[in-house]
Amino acid sequence: MSTTDVLLIGAGPAGLACAATILAHSDLSVVVLDAGHGPGGQYWRQPAPAAGPNALVPGELADLHHDQTTFAELLQEVQRGRAEGRLELRSEQHVWSLVPVGDGYAAHTVDRAGGPSRTAGSTTRARAVLVATGAYDRALPFPGWDLPGVMTVGGLQALLKAGGVAAGRRVAIGGTGPFLLPVAAGLARRGSTVVGVYEANRPTLWLREARAVARNPAKLGEGAGYAGTLIRHRVPVRTGRMIVAAHGTDRVEAVTVARLDRAGRPVVGSEHRLAVDAVGVGWGFTPQLDLAVTLGVDRRPDVAGTEVVAVDDLQRTSRPGVYAAGEVCGVGGAALAVAEGTLAGAAIVADLGRGAAPESLVRQGRRSVDRLRGFADAILRAHPVPAGWADRLEPQTVVCRCEEVSYAAVRAAIDERGAGDARQVKQLTRTGMGWCQGRVCGYAAGLLTCGAPGPAVERLVSAPVPLGALADAAAGSDD
Amino acid sequence: MSTFTFDGGPVPFRPGQTVGAALVAAGRPAWRTTRVSGSPRGIFCGIGICFDCLVTVDGEPNQRACLVRAEPGQTVTTQEGTGHEHD
Repeated sequence: MSTTDVLLIGAGPAGLACAATILAHSDLSVVVLDAGHGPGGQYWRQPAPAAGPNALVPGELADLHHDQTTFAELLQEVQRGRAEGRLELRSEQHVWSLVPVGDGYAAHTVDRAGGPSRTAGSTTRARAVLVATGAYDRALPFPGWDLPGVMTVGGLQALLKAGGVAAGRRVAIGGTGPFLLPVAAGLARRGSTVVGVYEANRPTLWLREARAVARNPAKLGEGAGYAGTLIRHRVPVRTGRMIVAAHGTDRVEAVTVARLDRAGRPVVGSEHRLAVDAVGVGWGFTPQLDLAVTLGVDRRPDVAGTEVVAVDDLQRTSRPGVYAAGEVCGVGGAALAVAEGTLAGAAIVADLGRGAAPESLVRQGRRSVDRLRGFADAILRAHPVPAGWADRLEPQTVVCRCEEVSYAAVRAAIDERGAGDARQVKQLTRTGMGWCQGRVCGYAAGLLTCGAPGPAVERLVSAPVPLGALADAAAGSDD
Repeated sequence: MSTFTFDGGPVPFRPGQTVGAALVAAGRPAWRTTRVSGSPRGIFCGIGICFDCLVTVDGEPNQRACLVRAEPGQTVTTQEGTGHEHD
């Protein structure tokens, strides 16, 4: 077991900004636990550190990234903290439980740094803890979405950023939200033919968001950059369209795209079929709330009804000593996560009585959070899931990928046995009971039963724990 | 060129890649069959959330190919069902 003043869970933009702030304005010791192969989170995801003549080097993938300067600055602070012996950054650490112990908290972790056959357990105790666990892609079922080659857009992006791999030669991208654009642009830069980007919503929804756009000119510039790349590579971007089916036997070979009417329903007769060998779909992101939910911190709904962690204006949760920053407080992107991480760092040094961040830093952070949260809310309003997303589901379409539960079985649970929420569908059909614990199908199950995302699910163990690691944790708690 | 073996055959990789990235780069989109219908599966979420890309690595079943770093000489095998059928 190890003990530290502050434990940060997640080394993405929020966790790194929090670490940098604590290091700069206090003498507190910091441990950062992260599941990735190195710092950066999903946004600044890097290849695993490697040596050898043919090894991937981050530099060759730099063109796929945005705002590398901020990342470099944050990393420099973290490296300085490491050199001074004040910060420890541990990668490939999967925190599976975070519990209150004494006047602080203990994180039980599976250490996967040694590879599959050498996992171990560890426990870290701290007086203050930051939950900065990020978010994951939101997927919706459609016929053929379980064919190999169909992935989330985040999956395509991870293969590009961490592996330098374009997952297909001919790729279709679909769903909704601004994230579709950088993924399509990255694939085009790496030689894939992107046959189309099919954005379900029409840009007219953005007309209502003039204020949020005007306050965030940098976001507009970022979008224009991706649009330029897509135009140069002749990638068609079609709005009001949706991928309604993927076809193939052992792998995806084609998709069907349909036009959506004003009500968001696929129009009969508008379909066309395109040959592809990979597909990326994404309907926004779901905050990774497992640790926050089991700790019992207060939540609030975001503007689209998704539960997120409720925080005060310095990122304090309802539990003393627990802070949250980044996507867990509402999906909003890296710049917002950095601002929130900075504020959390300022709050932690003040609350533990071990320093003070300059008032100007806090003021600036609050202004950034306010402005960027406004833009994040605008994205959620302008990119809803279309009303007719489930119109083209077929009886045999798999809804729960792990337990292989069909749409017909889910429908029967709702229509014939009266299931009124995702939990009841789970009890009746095993939807959400498999390996992923509903992280993939839970959103769809919520929409099918109540037309809303539904409450965040409590998962007492938030990552798979090998028995050996569990024994290590039990031994650690006796200390 | 660094390689690991996949079901007995060599798969080249660049150090720093995951097992899953190397398999996709080698043109293999699937390496597992499901428990119920025996359907092929590979990477879906790519970040360790969905558990669709499970594979057996050096005898350890149920490893997420999207997370496990590729290492020279590693033995990777297709996973059928739960990965424990043949125990």
